[in-house]
Amino acid sequence: MVEAMVKKPIVKALEGDKAVTEAIRQINPDVMAAYPVTPQTEIVMEFAELVAEGLVDTEYIRVESEHAAMSSCIGAASAGARAMTATCGPGLALMWETLWVTSGLRCPIVMAVVNRSLSAPLNILTDQTDMMGSRDSGWVQIYAENHQEVYDNFIQAVRIAEHPDVMLPIMCGHAGFVLGHTLGRVEVLPDEVVRKFVGEYKPLYSILDIEHPKTIGAYDHWDYFFEHRRQLFEAINNVLRVIPEIAQEYGKISGRYYGLVESYRLDDAEVAILIIGSGAGACREAVDAMRQKGVKAGMLKVRCFRPFPADEIVKALKGKKAVAAMDRCECFGGEGGPLFIEACSAFFNRGLPMKMIDYFYGLGGRDTVPSEFCDIFRELFQIAETDKIKPPLVRYLAVRE
Amino acid sequence: MALKGWKELEPGVVILEPGNTIEYKSGTWRTFRPVIDMEKCIHCMICWIYCPDSCIMVKDSKLVGFDYEHCKGCGICAHECPKEAITMIEEAKAKAEEAK
Repeated sequence: MVEAMVKKPIVKALEGDKAVTEAIRQINPDVMAAYPVTPQTEIVMEFAELVAEGLVDTEYIRVESEHAAMSSCIGAASAGARAMTATCGPGLALMWETLWVTSGLRCPIVMAVVNRSLSAPLNILTDQTDMMGSRDSGWVQIYAENHQEVYDNFIQAVRIAEHPDVMLPIMCGHAGFVLGHTLGRVEVLPDEVVRKFVGEYKPLYSILDIEHPKTIGAYDHWDYFFEHRRQLFEAINNVLRVIPEIAQEYGKISGRYYGLVESYRLDDAEVAILIIGSGAGACREAVDAMRQKGVKAGMLKVRCFRPFPADEIVKALKGKKAVAAMDRCECFGGEGGPLFIEACSAFFNRGLPMKMIDYFYGLGGRDTVPSEFCDIFRELFQIAETDKIKPPLVRYLAVRE
Repeated sequence: MALKGWKELEPGVVILEPGNTIEYKSGTWRTFRPVIDMEKCIHCMICWIYCPDSCIMVKDSKLVGFDYEHCKGCGICAHECPKEAITMIEEAKAKAEEAK
């Protein structure tokens, strides 16, 4: 039956946000607590309709803020429920305090983040500043390039978060509007296949288990705080092993296989672009355009940013003559954006040379088109030929002077 | 109490043993401490009801003293006592007296 399903998929035209709603419907979580905020609104609005129509068994909590949304999810998860939420940009910023509580208490909450910029200037469009700003909060972070990945990531996220060696919350990012509000082709799995795949949530503890009274979230002094934090370092690093395992399992039921990173025409490439999320689509086109001219360009897409898949990135890019890291977020005052900084450090720490430059790009929803990626490839070949990077190391793509 | 390593701790900040706060001496930073005048005390147990940290020690339905290892010196007991039998005195002075 599963075999037949792989051969004849159910194809739907879904907006990226709707792909999340569809995944949540199929997962049928115990609790959803969320506050609507553009461009995530469609997810909670449509899921609220499903609840009202009795199509899911989920307890839907209408909260007064994102801080309350995450707090409600923490309470639900501590009670032993599978809890989910969705947010974006400023909503995620308002959640910031509770993000750390979620990971600290080891609540495997799954959250869709429809990536949106942070004000000011006021802007509702996409970049990854929101999620990148919370990259060190102990949440696993995966990003989708297209509508199909939005759906596939969210379903796999449940298993990644709830893996016994992980038990950490996870954010699934997708670009607001660009993916969230546009229609895309999505192959969906039958409901029963999804439900079997995600299985039943087995909490570590439940405060509702009155036979075994317990305290959750007590105070730690300097005597225990660090030890509890040390556990988190371990748990999130386990994700580097768990994501490929879950991806294999998911591949068997869907025919679609994912990793921590994804290469595109990279094997024989001389130069490469390193990128996260929806921008990879235009970058692929640029790679194809360069290849048509006989130029050996390639791309490496990072699917999982937290934990950082340093080994996979180095393995994929080792030996390339020049690489451009693309950072679609602000990182004011840093020596480049987070992807650039961590990729550089991955090479440095392994004693490997790499000519790498950084581009901040696409902030506040600015579109990045294939021809701009082609320009970057040309720049990379310039670096490869001269073996020199002309300053600056960190650039701003397509910004008017 | 021997401190546990990170591998020995339950994952997450959870305490599975109810009531183990008793092992943790949390009354070490008190500024004032309550003292009782047994002449005035009528054992009405109002202080026992109000104490937020369960530090009123009781034996055979009689108040017998305070658990100074856990009392924070908030003074609620002294405030609520209908007979003004409880006085808050400076901890430093009390300690100095004890040391004599």
